[in-house]
Amino acid sequence: MDFELLLIILVDGLVYGSYLFMVAVGLTVICGVQKLLNVTHGALYAFGAYLTATLLILYFQVDWPQFGAFAVMLFAALFLGVLFGVIIERGLLRHLYHEDEHIIVLATFAAFLVLEDVLLLIWGTDPYLAPEPLGLLGSTEIAGLPFDNYSLSMVLLSAVVAAVLWYGLNRTQFGKLLLAVIHDRELAQAMGINVNRIFLLTFMLGSFLGALGGAYQAPAISVQPGIGVEVIVLAFAVVVIGGMGSIPGALIGSVIVGVARAFAVHQEPALELFVIYLIMAAVLIVRPQGLFAPAKPRTI
Amino acid sequence: MNAIPRTRFMALGAALAVLLAAGAASAQTVKVAVPTFLTGGGAPTYGTASKNGVELVVRAINEGSLPAPYNSVGLAGRKIDLVVYDESGGGTKQVTELRNKVQKEGVDVVVGYVSSGSCAAIARVVEELRVLTLLTVCGTPRIFEELVKEPKYLFRIINHSTAGNVGAAHYVVKKLRNEAKDGYMGINQNYAWGQDAWRDFNLGVQTLAPELKPANKQQFPKLFSGQYGTEISVLLRAKQKVVHSSFWGGDIEALIAQGKARGLFKRKTFVFTVGEITAHRIGKKFPPGQLARGPYGLYAEGIDTPLNKWFRSEYRKAYKQPPSSPAYHYADGIVAAKYAYDTAMKANGGKFPSTDQVIKALEHATYDILAAKVKMSLGKGHQAVTSDRWGYAEWDDAKGEIVVKDVVEFKAECVNPPEGVNAADWVKGGMKGAKCD
Repeated sequence: MDFELLLIILVDGLVYGSYLFMVAVGLTVICGVQKLLNVTHGALYAFGAYLTATLLILYFQVDWPQFGAFAVMLFAALFLGVLFGVIIERGLLRHLYHEDEHIIVLATFAAFLVLEDVLLLIWGTDPYLAPEPLGLLGSTEIAGLPFDNYSLSMVLLSAVVAAVLWYGLNRTQFGKLLLAVIHDRELAQAMGINVNRIFLLTFMLGSFLGALGGAYQAPAISVQPGIGVEVIVLAFAVVVIGGMGSIPGALIGSVIVGVARAFAVHQEPALELFVIYLIMAAVLIVRPQGLFAPAKPRTI
Repeated sequence: MNAIPRTRFMALGAALAVLLAAGAASAQTVKVAVPTFLTGGGAPTYGTASKNGVELVVRAINEGSLPAPYNSVGLAGRKIDLVVYDESGGGTKQVTELRNKVQKEGVDVVVGYVSSGSCAAIARVVEELRVLTLLTVCGTPRIFEELVKEPKYLFRIINHSTAGNVGAAHYVVKKLRNEAKDGYMGINQNYAWGQDAWRDFNLGVQTLAPELKPANKQQFPKLFSGQYGTEISVLLRAKQKVVHSSFWGGDIEALIAQGKARGLFKRKTFVFTVGEITAHRIGKKFPPGQLARGPYGLYAEGIDTPLNKWFRSEYRKAYKQPPSSPAYHYADGIVAAKYAYDTAMKANGGKFPSTDQVIKALEHATYDILAAKVKMSLGKGHQAVTSDRWGYAEWDDAKGEIVVKDVVEFKAECVNPPEGVNAADWVKGGMKGAKCD
């Protein structure tokens, strides 16, 4: 295999890996702090994509600066993160924290189904196509092939999101409070930390990241019913590989899967479908808690 | 109180009975169930258009305003009672829905089904329930080759999928030979539809022009994956210029969006076997390229039959856009039912026919649909064949819509196997018996 092909596989793998990271990171944040598998994450992705595509279609009909499209995506994700964060966490999950975790997963699954129907009520069955931002950043030639800079920018966005989350968790007061809650919720509450507030903010953050994944993908896909289901399966796979609740795990897991998939598509396309689940199965056999599962504190 | 004379009482009774009988007769309808995707990924491209097409034609048939030869009211004189329902949810759900429609709601005829999965699931159940069923879109050849080898109640009123891909092979050899001199490759969804499409196309080209070679590896990404960056890299890197694709729905739209951003369609010539529906939907955003479809949708433009002119004009009036292929397919299904009922009524001396008589009228029949003539010549008279059309699609600024140019038509006998021959075996065996001149 020549160097050029290796470079292309690496770039393709990083682009696909960054897509996986963006759809999985919100899920892993909520999973890490609140210890729950949030199936509504797929719906958040879909809402992010739908709202962004709709706003972009409107935006490109008026004569405003084209790069404002990126502000539109950010606005859509923030709006949805706050809105659904409050509705789902306050309206549903807060009443279920004392229940068995299986009940909570089922409740989020039920909420996911409801939200999928809400999507249909609002946007109907027609797909939305808003590809204009894809062409805004131009393209770059790598190893003789043109790559659109929009897709490459997703690698940068993923790196920024991962860095900000790492910094926020490890270098800020809020992050320290969060870590305290992650380690022992009851003890943190006894020490005076407002756990309810932490949970709400975390859920809003996770919802924002889910919606941001959808918002940034919207120009590259046909936004239509069912996209949330596809994403939630991939996101769960990445979270399992990386370790439940581990942000570095999600990042490295995404890159491993992305590069392995790119290698398969270039060299042995028949394995493309198989490779992500092969990696997941291998990780589950060798290290069932995931590659980077956060250490569990010893409780007294 | 005076008693009513007995003779007057009897006359009154008789008159009342006649009136009631007449009322009952006029209220009799033919209940037609139409499954199509009203929700899910298939709804935008297939569901909406098919529902529109059916409703338009049913309205006209009930009013008797369809052009000749279908200008009488109803199916054999009885108006259509239309029930459109959702095809989403998979094969098992569709079997349950079909049983409910027939056994609980008393449906007389079923016209529809988009997905080959749905068609395969209900094929045998149709025969068990003894309900006349006309399949409209699904393409798998397995229906009459494997699942129902002795059909009675089940019909399909369009070509099966082999015809479209053999037509693609003919088109590449005839019009794109120069582009294909370095070979050709494929990107198809990884399930039966995509795998079969590539097999039929590839074997077709190998039969017609063995000097044109396929690439060593073909792309089969997961259905509805939506992310094709890596596959686009492979396509861009390959020396082959011609790319065959049976992508549909959101997948083809995502491939187009991501491919355009990387200049894919400037470097490669795509042969989209079902791209017509997408070209129709996304219009200006569709890259110029090669498209197929039988005499439907874009390819029915300019076909000068009264039925086609009426359909295009009324569809535009009703829905403010030209009809796409699914609109044609479903409307053609209702037209086929109209043909079968009316023909059976004539053979029955003007009386409303039984289901067996309707079936007899449709078996091995040749009849007009909206923009073509259909022959029920395969599957023991239950599988239709039509011609297949190919052309170059591009946006027309003046018209404000996608148009097709340089249209090449391949005869039904050229792209379909002869009766009694399995489609895959026919293609593998070098398409013997094809009549293309």
